[in-house]
Amino acid sequence: MDIFSSLHLSRRRLIGAAVALPFTASVVRAADPSLSFDELYGKFGVLGLEFSDKVKRLAEQEISMKGFMAPPLKAEAQFFVLTEVPMSLCPFCSSDADWPDNIVVVYLLEKQTFVQPRQTIEVRGTLEYGSWTDPDTGFVSLLRIRQAEYFSV
Amino acid sequence: MRTLPAAFAATTILAGAAQATTVYPLDRATILAGSPFDFKVELNKQVKPEDVKITVNGQDYKTVLGGEARFVELEKGKDDKALGSALLLRGLKISAPGAYKVEVAAGDETKSVTWNVYETAGQPKAKNIIFLLGDGLSVAHRTAARIMSKGMTEGKANGRLNMDDLDRMAFVGTSATNAVATDSANTMSAYMTGHKTAVNAIGVYADRTPASLDDPRVETFAEAVRRMTKKSIGIVATAEVEDATPAAVVSHTRNRNDKADVVGMLLGVKPEVLLGGGSAYFLGKEVAGSKRKDNQDYIKLFQDAGYKLATDKNELAANASAEGNLLGLFHTGNMDVTLDREFLKKGTVDKFPNQPGLVAMTKVAIDRLSKNPDGFFLMVEGSSIDKMSHPLDWDRAVVETIEFDQAIGVAREFQKAHPDTLIVVTGDHTHGVSIIGTVDDEKPGTEMREKVGTYAEAGFPNYKDENGDGYPDKIDVSRRLFLSANNGPDHYETFRPKLDGPFVPAVQNEKKEYVANEQYKDVPGAVFVQGNLPKSSESGVHAVDDVVLQSAGPGSEEFHGYLEQSDVYRVLADTFALGAKQTN
Repeated sequence: MDIFSSLHLSRRRLIGAAVALPFTASVVRAADPSLSFDELYGKFGVLGLEFSDKVKRLAEQEISMKGFMAPPLKAEAQFFVLTEVPMSLCPFCSSDADWPDNIVVVYLLEKQTFVQPRQTIEVRGTLEYGSWTDPDTGFVSLLRIRQAEYFSV
Repeated sequence: MRTLPAAFAATTILAGAAQATTVYPLDRATILAGSPFDFKVELNKQVKPEDVKITVNGQDYKTVLGGEARFVELEKGKDDKALGSALLLRGLKISAPGAYKVEVAAGDETKSVTWNVYETAGQPKAKNIIFLLGDGLSVAHRTAARIMSKGMTEGKANGRLNMDDLDRMAFVGTSATNAVATDSANTMSAYMTGHKTAVNAIGVYADRTPASLDDPRVETFAEAVRRMTKKSIGIVATAEVEDATPAAVVSHTRNRNDKADVVGMLLGVKPEVLLGGGSAYFLGKEVAGSKRKDNQDYIKLFQDAGYKLATDKNELAANASAEGNLLGLFHTGNMDVTLDREFLKKGTVDKFPNQPGLVAMTKVAIDRLSKNPDGFFLMVEGSSIDKMSHPLDWDRAVVETIEFDQAIGVAREFQKAHPDTLIVVTGDHTHGVSIIGTVDDEKPGTEMREKVGTYAEAGFPNYKDENGDGYPDKIDVSRRLFLSANNGPDHYETFRPKLDGPFVPAVQNEKKEYVANEQYKDVPGAVFVQGNLPKSSESGVHAVDDVVLQSAGPGSEEFHGYLEQSDVYRVLADTFALGAKQTN
């Protein structure tokens, strides 16, 4: 991703940059701590997974994370699921696909257009963990990035 | 039972034209005598209760069916769409065998259906039944498993699979009540209830209302075994234990994705042994890895109900001959396939490194269940033959078939010492796959399609099994079997096993169309294969072809010729005498 291109800056960042910050500030912000799918869990097990110390440490902070957009529930949704690998495999057929185990739910700051699931994207926003039920869809998530935006990488 | 062949023939002859009004059970339903089921009438118009007249064999239905149906003035569909009135009578039983003609009249609507209520032998023919189901098991899978596992010399197999020596067989028709094509829910439901149903439905007829848990129910085999016997029940799968096939042994839902509810239904029936994946639906929603939307801790609920818990291979082995009930959960989702678990260490094996296989699970299940002096019913599913056939990953699917066959071997060993055991081996549906020859890396050129050998050019593959474990020592040998799908999405054919992890043939684009996964585009010699399914299809699909059923042991003599999938239930019920004449 070209972090110096203003075309790729979101409105939030543009406003931030215009109001208070010199251009270099957005570069600083672009260097939010990154989190990878490998770093989400400290322990795997049949009786549950345990979030890693890194996830706990970065909670409520701005982070960036790379992954793929799972086929969204709606064409234009304000949230989507970020997955480690492109989500396309329906293991059941003739039935709604199950969600993968290893996911992060992304709540967008504002609606963005859908990208191809095979396209690697980078998501930035505030990390949050713990069970939360979306009041509109009933979708339960344990790990979220809120106030998020994303870019093609 | 003498009347079986004639009865089976009768179920395959269409009687009467379709009418708009619907009665469940559907016309030509076959019902085990004394087995509880729900009766529902769906009218197309809104009527008054006094306008509805229902007779059974010419008598008022209340007299024959032993209860009065609840009248629903107006059923509503999606977006509150008015659907018409309905009548619903739950849990009725018919004890006397025979034909039951149900006639419904309401205003200008009429409908007539006939059910065949059957009794069974008065005495059980077998003490135990082991029902082994290879999900998606097709003829090509078993041929490939035989050649890959045993080898072939001068056109004759060098060995036989365990399934090759089962005594009796039948062809089984798998279609659903709403489609010629089918899925693992309605197919296993037909085996496990004796009633055909709609795609995605388990243990119910699929009614018109949107709710998935209120549809008219029919009894499952496990419930019938509980009702009529003191036998133990076991369920073993490499998939999530809430997946369609294991779920259908006990569950009732219009939607196989109601997995959280299925866990509750499993606890309701309390199989003595329950082994597989799918712990995510046993964990309360606040536990990372949970897929529940509530905070029910089903691990604890099972333990409170007297279950011992095993979470890996060692804990399973430690429980092999213990007393009491056993819950074994070895993965949050579907267990890894044999090729990844035992050989390549791909998939999620790094996260769940100590998963048992189907053979170990089957052994433990039989060891424990056979302690019951009254006998047992065990269902064993080789789940991932199907799960690897959808993405056209034929090597993984065939290795799963070899593992499934080894589990059949465990059952056959038990049967040698316990001849009062019926073994049934079948698939639930097929896949559109065939073996057409070999791929030979030694053939000249760089284009992989030029290395495909057909007819005499195919020769024989060069898999080796020098350690004698039944699996080829490597699958990426220089001359391999070439399996090909007759359907699929756009994809790249690489002509090679997928050593980095299961094949992902197609991915979705921004138009929600599945396009070939370019990850495989640059594999040397890969060719683009244009899909022949709608672009909404992400993988290969089930075939409508009949499945082969094979069996051995007492009761197996009833399997021959062509059977509807729902007729198989009747043989199982007859083997355990579950419909012996009731006195009520």
